[in-house]
Amino acid sequence: MTSTTAGKDSSPSARRRGPARAVRPALVLAFWLLVWQAGAWAVGQDFLLASPVSVTRRLVELVGTAELWGAVGHSLARIGIGFLAAVLAGVATAALAAASRVVDELLAPAMAAVRAAPVVSFIILLLMLPGGSRGLAAVTSFLMVLPIVHTTVLEGIRQRDRGLLEMAAVFRLSRWRRLAAIDVPAVLPYLAAASRVGIGLAWKAGVAAEVIGLPEGSIGERMYEAKLLLLSADVLAWTVVVVALSFATEHLLGALLARGQARLATTPPAEREVAA
Amino acid sequence: MITLRGVTKRYGEQVVLDGLDLDLPDGAVTALMGPNGSGKTTLARLVLGLEEPDAGEIDGLAGRRVVAAFQEDRLCEQLSAVGNVRLVLERTRVAEAATALREAGLDDDALAKPVRELSGGQRRRVALVRALVADADVVVLDEPFKGLDRAAHARLLDVVRERTAGRTVLLITHDAAEAEALGAKVVTLS
Repeated sequence: MTSTTAGKDSSPSARRRGPARAVRPALVLAFWLLVWQAGAWAVGQDFLLASPVSVTRRLVELVGTAELWGAVGHSLARIGIGFLAAVLAGVATAALAAASRVVDELLAPAMAAVRAAPVVSFIILLLMLPGGSRGLAAVTSFLMVLPIVHTTVLEGIRQRDRGLLEMAAVFRLSRWRRLAAIDVPAVLPYLAAASRVGIGLAWKAGVAAEVIGLPEGSIGERMYEAKLLLLSADVLAWTVVVVALSFATEHLLGALLARGQARLATTPPAEREVAA
Repeated sequence: MITLRGVTKRYGEQVVLDGLDLDLPDGAVTALMGPNGSGKTTLARLVLGLEEPDAGEIDGLAGRRVVAAFQEDRLCEQLSAVGNVRLVLERTRVAEAATALREAGLDDDALAKPVRELSGGQRRRVALVRALVADADVVVLDEPFKGLDRAAHARLLDVVRERTAGRTVLLITHDAAEAEALGAKVVTLS
């Protein structure tokens, strides 16, 4: 007879592996910082390639200024609005396309075209409109995220369990009950995946649009000014800010969606009480 | 009475039902028996309105509500046993759902767990109870006791007999004793 034990591996080799695994990301980061530092020494000109120390120093200076927080608020609001509008619109168009073949056939090439077209084409077209630079980051983020959400959510709707849909039809479940019990749980993982991919793209495309369109007070405008003045430490510091914002919003979104999924799987109090 | 006259159903070249005539008397149990592939489940799907016959007519369903315990459990995995049952009730009658599940032999411990954490036998009971408690005139039971042990089978036969009394039942089974225990008129498809 054999037996197995569940739980943590507490063998000496596992104890040795544990700390090594924990410090590995820090070692990887340290390695690349050293490569960057070596590159900066090799170039020898701070305006061409600022060192990690210069960038960190500049970042610390910026964090204490209203300039950084104003720009962050400006870009976060516009890119956030574009992203959220794209999520809402993408879910709506996916639902319509799933319900109607005509709508699906009309939307499919449009979504494919938006997805394939270079982002800069949209930026230029928007800039040709009067006052086009104001909503530039929002519209660009929207256009980047919309086809991803549409396509992924549509796939989620199509992958719903046919057996459950038949069950819902036979038991004549109301639209709301079917939505809550079958549709949302089936589609939510697809929406979560699309949102995680989309938020990163929204930041990339949104800030690129700002660098070209130069809306006043945006992160993109600050990066452009730094480029004009050959302040590579500033360009890299603002880049770190954008990466941090993208990372933070992606994780916040992931946590919210995970909470939504967990909530769907939580037994309501009335059912727990009756079983007690 | 639900009447099927000259009902034919094909899937591509394969004729599954060929000019079938069948009566399902009101308030009685009709058991469909026959080998695999003889069209029992197809017939159930026609009665449930999930498929249309290629020829023939089905009368007596207008204005009547037909529900089913499908051959597969078809449960919402994230919902509890009580949640799956109350889903099909007109109002959210938690206590009624719990009582019916207890009657079917589900432990209190299993009532509020997501059904994905339940055993095959427990899930089968939930699927069966869901069909039995729904407000319906006609109940289709497609191999409802599949995968249950002897004790659970006997208990659930009693539950089915009690809960379907006075209703029209179409039972699909491979077990003649099951049909007999429910007092069913047996129809054999070949």
